Amino acid sequence: MSDLNKFREDTRAWLDANCPASIRANKEAAAESQFTKKRRSGDSVVWLERMAEKGWVAPTWPREYGGGGLSAEEAGILREEMRRIKAPPPYMGMGLTMIGPTLLEFGTEDQKQRHIPGITSGEVHWCQGYSEPNAGSDLANLQTRAEDQGDHFLVNGSKIWTSGAMYADWMFCLTRTDSSVQKQKGITFLLFPMDDPGVTVKPIRLISGESPFCQVFFDNVKARKDDLVGKVNEGWTVGKRLLQHERNSIGGGGTRMGLSVGVVDVARQYRADDEGRIEDPLLRQQLIQHQINSQAFALTNKRIMDEAMNGQTPGFTTSMLKYYGSELTKASSEMMVSMMGPQGLGREDPEHYSNQELEITRAWLFHKALTIAGGCSEVQLDIISKRILELPPY
Amino acid sequence: MPLVLNEEQVLLKDSARDFFANKMPVKQLRTLRDNNDATGYSTESWQEIVALGWPGVAIPEAFGGLEFGYTGLGVVMEESGRTLAASPLFATCALGANLILFGGSEDQKSDLLPRVAQGELTLALAIEESSTHGPERTRAQATEDGDSFVLDGSKKYVLDGHSADQILVLARTSGSAGRSDGLTLFLVDPAASGVQIGRLQTMDARNWANIDLSGVRVPKSAVLGTVGQAAAPLQDALSAAQILLSAEMLGSTLECFERTIEYIKTRVQFDRAIGSLQAIQHRAAHMYSEIELAKSVVINALQALDQDTRGDELAKIASLTKAKLAEVFNLVSSEGVQMHGGIGMTDEEEIGFFLKRARATEHTLGDVRYHQNRYGALIGV
Repeated sequence: MSDLNKFREDTRAWLDANCPASIRANKEAAAESQFTKKRRSGDSVVWLERMAEKGWVAPTWPREYGGGGLSAEEAGILREEMRRIKAPPPYMGMGLTMIGPTLLEFGTEDQKQRHIPGITSGEVHWCQGYSEPNAGSDLANLQTRAEDQGDHFLVNGSKIWTSGAMYADWMFCLTRTDSSVQKQKGITFLLFPMDDPGVTVKPIRLISGESPFCQVFFDNVKARKDDLVGKVNEGWTVGKRLLQHERNSIGGGGTRMGLSVGVVDVARQYRADDEGRIEDPLLRQQLIQHQINSQAFALTNKRIMDEAMNGQTPGFTTSMLKYYGSELTKASSEMMVSMMGPQGLGREDPEHYSNQELEITRAWLFHKALTIAGGCSEVQLDIISKRILELPPY
Repeated sequence: MPLVLNEEQVLLKDSARDFFANKMPVKQLRTLRDNNDATGYSTESWQEIVALGWPGVAIPEAFGGLEFGYTGLGVVMEESGRTLAASPLFATCALGANLILFGGSEDQKSDLLPRVAQGELTLALAIEESSTHGPERTRAQATEDGDSFVLDGSKKYVLDGHSADQILVLARTSGSAGRSDGLTLFLVDPAASGVQIGRLQTMDARNWANIDLSGVRVPKSAVLGTVGQAAAPLQDALSAAQILLSAEMLGSTLECFERTIEYIKTRVQFDRAIGSLQAIQHRAAHMYSEIELAKSVVINALQALDQDTRGDELAKIASLTKAKLAEVFNLVSSEGVQMHGGIGMTDEEEIGFFLKRARATEHTLGDVRYHQNRYGALIGV
């Protein structure tokens, strides 16, 4: 038996013994994977603790920081085996997808030791201090100031669209340390705790209603000197690298993005004849085209992951995945709401609209954010043009 | 299975790239067209392809092939698409040899496939009878008469129909147009009495012919496989050919795109390269994204063929692939001409050859609408 086959067998046996039955194929448990340990209860805690103990919250990270030390192939097998028994991810969040990989690449030894274990144990939640009211797509225009005070930096200003800030324990933050140079050259990447008395968090209500987004205000917030990542005024390099990790995880990959139904289900419910056939040939064609693109996009996600395992670096292809995936997801909920007609226009009115209808309507509105957040579609197309196609600058 | 090529496949692809670029550039197709060449391809180049063993790439070793798989043949087709190379490779190997492999008797396979692999036999497949693809629409009749069959009917758009050594003809031994039972395939000698072949002049200079059959007598041994049972092997062979044609289209699309990107980097208007303009850049970046999807569906489909996926599951994958490739190749070739501007409208500039080939490949073995429709039916929409 090859080593990988042996690994699969051991993994399967371990998961069977250690993944509590109550959380398999369980939507609520899957939703809880966004929570740190202190916000969970019951088997969800057991699952997180067992996986963390094994290092499998972050399977490919080094063992010394609480990772699993697995190869890409082994991590692939672990994912497959978890999918097989419908086990939810033990933990998800920006610690795992963004700041963790960034610290492993740019962090000091001390930073890795202080910050990574909190992520791999699912105990410390991170949020991202990037966008500001005047720094959205033009992110480098950010104005939140950090002043060198000897043993610490003093941070003043505000961040917006900070997802999950109300539950976050720490923030990774882009700050302005020099306004006299080209804007990309005066940026510094800092880490600080959210329980600093100078931090105020205000949730933002969106066109879709309640949201995980917040505006965060800083009034003389202290960031320790040893929580500076990279060098002073060189934070843009670190920050851009982190965005590549972010694009890997945003966009929804053309998937349902948490919706329990897909376009074809909705078409059958609202636009089919008694035999389940789609009545309108134009709608049918639209649906088929969408399904073809979704399937082709899913295969593309797989191909790029396979290529990465094969040693080819994905690099800026993440911009393509973010662009296409977010546009596709947005198109799917647009189609769903359109097929539902007036039933797709309810606002928190459970008396006249089903839960599914309200859920889809909210998703339709929320999905508008997918092509704006994390670098809007236009920015991704700029990146593809410049970095992949190497087209000349204007 | 990972959606990447293995080392041997990469090597084959690289040598195919070199071969087509050096020996069969787009210029060769132009010369064949301008000279109204009777064969429609260079027999010399074909002999070189034969010497490289490529006609036998996907044929099993038991029948004299290299058994290198469909992914192997696919990467050769992709590279041939880059230079729009004219050769019997597609009609003979992707269509003809597959059909014999899927539908022929053991004797027919042992007799014909080694000759294909050796480059001694070229084939053509005659199915279409109108401008809409669909084998079940066949009206051509095959009437049993003693120990032979008599064929009557009109076949259209037969790839390499004017040059192939043998023609596989789809006809009805029973049933009526619209049904897929009662279909039978026959091996027909193009020199047989009653066979009339009229080559078409097409704008992409691909070799199509219309074939009239009038009282053509063939022995019963000319039946490929079993009388009345052609539909199933034909569906698989057509799916395989649709996938391999998609691989060819991918190569053409990539070449067309790369030439366009090169052009917009160097073409200066308003004192700057037009490729620096966002109106151009965003369209280029969108095309790039669509091409990434096209690459994925092609390699996935080739691997499915190699893993012996057949029947409706293969048809579904083939339709996904052909529909996507036709859409993307049409987009990239239209934008290619647009971004080349006035020079793109001239016959001297080669970008127009890709525009023409895009439409011709779309209409080979089912257009976008056909494949969208079939994909929809197979996923239950």
